[in-house]
Amino acid sequence: MMRDLRRFWPPLVLLAAFHAAVVLAGFLAPYDYAEQHRDFPYAPPSRIHLVHLRPYAESPDGKSYPIEFLVHGRLFGVRPPGVVFLLGTDGSGRDVFSRLLYGGRVSLLTGLAAALLSLVLGTALGTIAGFFGGWPDQLLMRGGELMMALPWFYLLLAVRAFLPLHISAVEAFALLIAIIGGIGWVRPARLVRGVVLAGRENGFVQAARGFGAGSPYLIRRHVLPLTFPVVLTQATVLIPQYILAEVTLSFLGLGVGEPVPSWGNMLAEARQYHTIVEHTWLLAPAIAIVPLLLGFLLLADALSGQQVST
Amino acid sequence: MRYAARRLLHSLVLLIGVSLLSFLFANLAPGDYFSAMQTDPRISAETIAGLRARAGLDQPLPVRYAGWAESMLRGDFGYSLAYNSPVAPLVWERIRATLLLTGTATFVAWLLAIPLGIWSAAHYGGWRDHALNAALSLLLAVPDLVLAIVLLAGAVETGWLPVGGITSPGWDIMDAAARLRDILSHLALPAGVLVLGMLPVLTRHVRAGMLEALRSPFALNARAQGIPRRRLLFHHLLPAAANPLVSLFGFSLGTLLSASLLVEVVTGWPGLGPLFLDAIMGRDFALVLAVVMLSTALLAAGNLAADLLLYRLDPRIRVQ
Repeated sequence: MMRDLRRFWPPLVLLAAFHAAVVLAGFLAPYDYAEQHRDFPYAPPSRIHLVHLRPYAESPDGKSYPIEFLVHGRLFGVRPPGVVFLLGTDGSGRDVFSRLLYGGRVSLLTGLAAALLSLVLGTALGTIAGFFGGWPDQLLMRGGELMMALPWFYLLLAVRAFLPLHISAVEAFALLIAIIGGIGWVRPARLVRGVVLAGRENGFVQAARGFGAGSPYLIRRHVLPLTFPVVLTQATVLIPQYILAEVTLSFLGLGVGEPVPSWGNMLAEARQYHTIVEHTWLLAPAIAIVPLLLGFLLLADALSGQQVST
Repeated sequence: MRYAARRLLHSLVLLIGVSLLSFLFANLAPGDYFSAMQTDPRISAETIAGLRARAGLDQPLPVRYAGWAESMLRGDFGYSLAYNSPVAPLVWERIRATLLLTGTATFVAWLLAIPLGIWSAAHYGGWRDHALNAALSLLLAVPDLVLAIVLLAGAVETGWLPVGGITSPGWDIMDAAARLRDILSHLALPAGVLVLGMLPVLTRHVRAGMLEALRSPFALNARAQGIPRRRLLFHHLLPAAANPLVSLFGFSLGTLLSASLLVEVVTGWPGLGPLFLDAIMGRDFALVLAVVMLSTALLAAGNLAADLLLYRLDPRIRVQ
């Protein structure tokens, strides 16, 4: 399965870069995510030019200021009254580049945490159902069918609909993880159940049982390791799906709200399409998500070992 | 026939289960349509309690479920508190717009995916196959949301396509040809987004199915018999590869109501999507439930149709 290790490197490097950028947002971003420059709403990306090999940033008022590196615990910045907006500003004069980095924290972390929740739930329930069979198995399979019968995104929206709308950003964040992760456990559970069902018939499992091993030991030592490949593959599929779910929900105003940025609520400004036409740099989160999803996609392809892409 | 009856029964049980579950969840959820009024000091608690009683929200849960289920079966689909009318006439107009959009998109996507998938499988391993795959992988990584926003911005910028709605002003005085052109031009943008979103998945499935058929011994034999390539691909291999595609087709029929929600909201297509979102924001649970139930029913129907079609097409399934 792991014949061609080279195929793992490009997506892994890409994903590592994204996550590093997001984790280091406090260092890489020149401004705080909520810092407003009221004088410069919808400022276009700052022009950078080199004078004697030193970079200068042109403020929207036309004056240039030298860019300083490693000051005030930030990678780069400009001494006030100068400003530097690598990707312009939004309607409140907030730096889009900084918000993109901070917003990525919310979006990526939601994806990771929700996928973790789904996988833990799915693995636990799937293992129990597959290993013990009987009525828990029946209950799980029937219940899962019920969940699978609903269109996924509708289910997500409907569950979100039935919960309070106006809540704080932190609550919204926790709620998103709980909903997205709590809805998605069915598919991993069914896959894990299949693996466990086949795995418990293995000779070494039977032998261990013959030597008097109890069920908890058997599951932990012999059966769970068998499910690892399935869980890993599912993770590469679920994480991007969940990141996208967060972006979509926040875009629709059902996720994390202002002033905390997420890629979704940053894009919400694009719902007024004349805004986006005049201020194209507001599309930055939409552009950023494409290589991220591509990274996960390539990783999933490499894991499943299919010759899907070149 | 017994197979069909069994599958139908299964779908019905599933639907009833979903209705119970979603109704229960909707009613156990904190807050209802009248919750927003509680913050208004001009409306007394008694008034709100009275309104709740008039809407039947003070009844015990089983009674409410029975009432709701009866209204569902009668074809009213529940009573919307926000619009003060049965839900059915509200959704009916929207369903037509949604079906027009998703039907067109699904048709076009399949029309493109089948030849593309066959073409890609026929050139397996060659540069054309690789190029197409790379393009499709890239497309797969671009979510509908991003595609819709970017294409929308492009349409506004260039002015090539109208934005939002389903018809232009002056629709009433157009003749038939102008009306058709008008609808098509409005349809192009949202349908284009949906087609681009579906295309990679469908093409990959067609390709995978065809590859499997190509590698089978009967394909080798047919080739050795000197059957021309085109005839071999379309006549002999496509039917052999059809099984997973029929299932997939049933699934895409089933998602006709639910696939376009986001695209409708972004591009301003007056389908179920915007209505659903408004219902969520307004906590109009009857409307939310109706839309969920309708799309679930269609999904179940699509899967059922696929199974029955498979049963008809493939003798191997009948034997089991």
